[in-house]
Amino acid sequence: MGIVTPGFRGRARTADEKLPPGQYLVEDFPVLSAGPTPRVRTENWRFTVTTETGRTHEWSWADLLALPSETPTVDIHCVTRWSKLGTSWRGMSLDTLLADVDTAADYVLAECHGGYTTNLPLEDLLDGQAWIAYEFEGEELAPEHGGPARLLVPHLYFWKSAKWIEGLRLTLDEDLGFWEAAGYHTYGDPWREQRYQGD
Amino acid sequence: MVQGRLAWRVGRLAEVRDETPTARTLVLDVPGWPGHLAGQHVDLRLTAEDGYRTTRTYSLAAPAAGDRVAITVQRVPGGEVSPYLTEVFAVGDPVELRGPVGGWFVWRPTSPDPVLLIAGGAGIVPLMAMIRARRAAGSRAPVKLLYSVRTPADVYYAGELRRPEPGLDVTVVYTRKAPADWPGEPHRIGIADVNTAGWPAEFAPQCFVCGPTGFVETIADVLVALGHDPRRVKTERFGPSGS
Ligand SMILES: Cc1cc2nc3c(=O)[nH]c(=O)nc-3n(C[C@H](O)[C@H](O)[C@H](O)COP(=O)(O)OP(=O)(O)OC[C@H]3O[C@@H](n4cnc5c(N)ncnc54)[C@H](O)[C@@H]3O)c2cc1C
Repeated sequence: MGIVTPGFRGRARTADEKLPPGQYLVEDFPVLSAGPTPRVRTENWRFTVTTETGRTHEWSWADLLALPSETPTVDIHCVTRWSKLGTSWRGMSLDTLLADVDTAADYVLAECHGGYTTNLPLEDLLDGQAWIAYEFEGEELAPEHGGPARLLVPHLYFWKSAKWIEGLRLTLDEDLGFWEAAGYHTYGDPWREQRYQGD
Repeated sequence: MVQGRLAWRVGRLAEVRDETPTARTLVLDVPGWPGHLAGQHVDLRLTAEDGYRTTRTYSLAAPAAGDRVAITVQRVPGGEVSPYLTEVFAVGDPVELRGPVGGWFVWRPTSPDPVLLIAGGAGIVPLMAMIRARRAAGSRAPVKLLYSVRTPADVYYAGELRRPEPGLDVTVVYTRKAPADWPGEPHRIGIADVNTAGWPAEFAPQCFVCGPTGFVETIADVLVALGHDPRRVKTERFGPSGS
């Protein structure tokens, strides 16, 4: 249903199967964040996983780089409607990072430098679906794109791929992250256009 | 509550005002509009006769006034929606919209803190909503606006911004062509402009920066370099690419 907007035709459309509904392709890499870009130094960088019992697992930058890396090539979809196809990254699979973490949690709150958070179901970070990425297209990840390291969860809207990642907090119940508490969708599946709560 | 805010409503174009040769304010009548805060935006959904649909986001340009909602659209050459909205969409025509959306980049008139607004191009729109909300509420929060435009003809809300208003300082910086009586050469806003036209960091102003991506990146970095607390710098980036 819906009402017709008189005289509106829209651009000539191509059906691109790789493009979720409502998205358009970009060649550049737009930047969207809620404040200034932090410059995080790898000397001070720590990545922490905290379980629901309060147990912490910690990696320094050197610890992280010592883990086996992967080079996923994935499509990314921003809730502001741009998509970028075939982006290539280097990073550590969350399967590797979470392998020795003992947890009964169902949810994760990703925590970032500056206080940004985003929530995800734990199962969406496992089975080859998510990485801690530190290179983009063969270069170290630029600060405006989340460098030195960001979460990469390409099957969800890109605000879930938290920039300047510092840790994951595993919880039994779901806490809402920054945008989610502000009305964005709890899950954020681009193929179902889950932009805002209630979509 | 959330459901109501995010349900699609039908608005009708009630009034248009040309701001510049390429930007037009659209005042829509939206029965049942729930109200909004300065800085929030709406999603507009357009449907073609063949059922094709597309959605774009526009900042609200003025505080809520009953069922009236104002946006200002800048025509993007080759764009799908903005040329339609600024050239074809006519008084009386319907369009679907939902909102208000966005609870972060907002200014509340109850806050007494000094405010620094920095706009590039169409980025003035949500900041103008803040200036208008301040006026409507009789707020005395001191506000400084630093506004970057290409040429004098590109200034939105020019008449309104020229009118003196107690507690509001307006500084315009021209990047391509300046008026004859403007001191200095056209240039992009830099650290000196922000330092001179803004508040000292010790005053801990709330800073709102809005414009094209590249502009916002630069200004936010400048504010942090000048000692502003990054947590008090809120940014909104318009449009898919930097410029
Ligand atoms: C929070 C927010 C608030 C905003 N507020 C305002 C506002 O107050 N006023 C305002 O004028 N704008 C605002 N915008 C921008 C607005 O949403 C639109 O992006 C803008 O009007 C351009 O839309 P368009 O359909 O005309 O252009 P589009 O067709 O979307 O094109 C815009 C640019 O993207 C590229 N592009 C887009 N789609 C394609 C495609 N399929 N193929 C190739 N290139 C493409 C084009 O190169 C073009 O230069 C806001 C955006 C955001 C995110």
